[in-house]
Amino acid sequence: MKYLLNIVFGVSTILLGSCNETSTKTGEIVGTSETTVKGGQGSVKDDESAKDVVKIAISSKDHTTLVAAIKQAELVDALSNAGPFTVFAPTNAAFDKLPKETLESLMKNENKAKLQDILQYHVYVGSLKIDWMEDGQTLNQVNGGNISISKKDGKVIINNSATIIASIPAANGIIHVIDAVLLPPSE
Amino acid sequence: MSNSLTKILTALGLFAIVTGFQSCKPKTAQSAAGGDASKSFIAPGKYDEFYNIVSGGFNGQVAVYGIPSGRLFRIIPVFSQSPESGYGFSEETKPMLNTSHGFVPWDDQHHIALSQTKGEHDGRWAFANGNNTPRLARIDLSTFRTAEILEIPNSAGNHASPFITENSEYIVAATRFSVPLDDQNGDVPINTYKQNFKGSISFVSVNPSSGEMNIAFQIRTPGVNFDLSRAGKGKSHGWFFFSCYNSEKANTLLEVNASAKDKDFVMAVNWKKAEEYLKAGKGKKQAVKYAHNVYDENTHTATSVIKTEVMVLDPADCPDMLYLIPCPKSPHGTDVDPTGEYIVASGKLAASIPVFSFTKLQKAIADKVFEGEYDGIPVIKYEAALQGEVAKPGLGPLHTEFDGKGNAYTSMFVSSEIVKWRLSDLKVLDRVATYYSIGHLSIPGGPTAKPHGKYMIAYNKITKDRYLPTGPELTQSAQLFDITGEKMKMILDFPTTGEPHYAEAIPASMLMGKQRKIYKIEENMHPYVSKGEGQTKVERKGNQVHVWMTAIRSHLTPDNIEGVKVGDEVYFHLTNLEQDWDVPHGLAIKGANNAEILVMPGETQTLKWVADRTGIFPFYCTDFCSALHQEMQGYLRVSPAGSSTPLLFSTGTNKPAVTTPGINVADTMKK
Repeated sequence: MKYLLNIVFGVSTILLGSCNETSTKTGEIVGTSETTVKGGQGSVKDDESAKDVVKIAISSKDHTTLVAAIKQAELVDALSNAGPFTVFAPTNAAFDKLPKETLESLMKNENKAKLQDILQYHVYVGSLKIDWMEDGQTLNQVNGGNISISKKDGKVIINNSATIIASIPAANGIIHVIDAVLLPPSE
Repeated sequence: MSNSLTKILTALGLFAIVTGFQSCKPKTAQSAAGGDASKSFIAPGKYDEFYNIVSGGFNGQVAVYGIPSGRLFRIIPVFSQSPESGYGFSEETKPMLNTSHGFVPWDDQHHIALSQTKGEHDGRWAFANGNNTPRLARIDLSTFRTAEILEIPNSAGNHASPFITENSEYIVAATRFSVPLDDQNGDVPINTYKQNFKGSISFVSVNPSSGEMNIAFQIRTPGVNFDLSRAGKGKSHGWFFFSCYNSEKANTLLEVNASAKDKDFVMAVNWKKAEEYLKAGKGKKQAVKYAHNVYDENTHTATSVIKTEVMVLDPADCPDMLYLIPCPKSPHGTDVDPTGEYIVASGKLAASIPVFSFTKLQKAIADKVFEGEYDGIPVIKYEAALQGEVAKPGLGPLHTEFDGKGNAYTSMFVSSEIVKWRLSDLKVLDRVATYYSIGHLSIPGGPTAKPHGKYMIAYNKITKDRYLPTGPELTQSAQLFDITGEKMKMILDFPTTGEPHYAEAIPASMLMGKQRKIYKIEENMHPYVSKGEGQTKVERKGNQVHVWMTAIRSHLTPDNIEGVKVGDEVYFHLTNLEQDWDVPHGLAIKGANNAEILVMPGETQTLKWVADRTGIFPFYCTDFCSALHQEMQGYLRVSPAGSSTPLLFSTGTNKPAVTTPGINVADTMKK
């Protein structure tokens, strides 16, 4: 008797529960979802295509700080976009050169705009191989600020402070790994 | 367990289960769509509020959707052949795709402009650009068919086109690629770009009654790339604004080399001044070659005329006609607000959106507040024309539309969002995710002086995982937003055909009542019309065989044709005798090297077919027209070249022959 009741209520609860489901994820097959699916190009499930700049950064153990910052700045979807982007990607060691308090402060919610500004200063719209960079060249970055390129002894140095130590082509652009964080000139 | 209890429990249980199921089922389709989504729901049998006329991108066509439902009504072939309708395949429509390069059956169609009177939609025509082989098309909004195509000389990549003035005086066509002019020797090294490549803006006049387009004049410009454009309106009527990029005049790797300068330009053109110069005889005739194709609804036939001259204004002879306004980083959209006062230029690589003031621009010109010249054209000081900048609006601003309530809506490609901001103080009010890299956006009447508002449609460039996947290529897509409230609300995703770029939307009430239903058979002036079955015939002219054929539910006349010989070109001139709305008849014949023809009621169209072998060739009506559609068929007999089979044609009179023993097909063929 009790057993039967449980079954009855159990079944109806499952049915009712399944109907009240409102949160849906990208990729779920749903006929009558009541909510708009949220999640942009960063949530696309695709292990077959070449990796975009974000996925490459995520797969690098030397860029965990950068990846955490990109997530905190809500730039994952933007950088998963068609681009093309040139991302100057400081290593963890590069971030470690900053005062610890500075980094901690930037990761706070109230400083999100500042963090976005700094990260966007590391991105250029356009896919620039090292061969296409010229000594003395100026690039206008996503945040509106300019960076300068110098080429010396085969090395490419940004803003006379950060050296490109590796370059990795991505599906939507190119990553140049740099050994220092670029700081936008104060306005 | 007592019997009665079991019954009660069973009843309860089933009740619960049934309730459970019912709560999953929508009470009405409207409630199923849920809160915001229900706003896009149009009940079966009900009409949409707006026609959305959407460019087809690289399919070369224009598509018509209903808003808010997103339902697809029609694909209008414009620059591309359409096997569905026979456009570009029938003898009558082939001339529509003629150019100075010969028959060009494809183009890349990006922007739409609806005709305007006094700054408002008048519901007469839609204009469309062809990028690749520069062309402009006019679509008649009472037939939703392409009525005219005009090729643009001295141009390559007709991208900044077809933007329209407030009384449809002109539509413009500005070249994306600067190139050596058509009358120059173009056989020059590409790296002589700076010396030899020139830009060109065409002002195409629109006849106020017929809509016929003509190149009134061209303006020769520095060799930049023109991207987009808008006409001034209201107080800025008489001016046109064009975004220019590649002011660096790079001829290679523009990805880097066209982004070298901090600022490119918005070019302001005083076209009233240009008209004065033209009247004063400042124009110079230039020898060119371009096709002008017009479809005549009385003869149901297009004619293509090659024109050989264009009038050109050189800014060197015409001071005060052109001005340049510096604009950050490769401006893409340049959009004029409903009052005509503000010009919003979106530098696609810029971190802010500059908003220029027409009043300040005029003052800067009067006071000569210039920072210098670019190829002899005065460059106005940025700050002198600037109303202000929308600061940090988002990443990759592209295009702006207006709701007529003082708000602007800008699409952001990189950050995949639409940002709503206020014209009066340039403050960002709201932002909404489009998720998938938006390109253009459209508000009904958004580019006019009186936007209809209510909805906004985003046309997205990427749809990764937004819909059921279909292999490497996914559907193109649009998204619909409700903009009646303070917050923009997404209410619908809908797939689109082609690659939608720009679109316009117009109230359904402006077009519904004026739709053409039939073509009157008595007004049909086609040279091969059959105004009744009594006029059908087959005539031979050398190796051409002309078939005057009719279609009416449910037979073709003639339906038995003999005496055609191998090598003959057969022209089926099919007249649809129906005088009844939505009853087209089609025609196809086995082995035809083109497509079907689809003939509207009262219309005549011609299918060309070449007899390549002997035998019997069935033909039939392709459009399911009636209960006896499947009976609507016929046969054509092809005999060897030089045979004496007489030319015979009939319907209903070719009675079965008396069987003669000993004769078979094989024997006949040997003879």
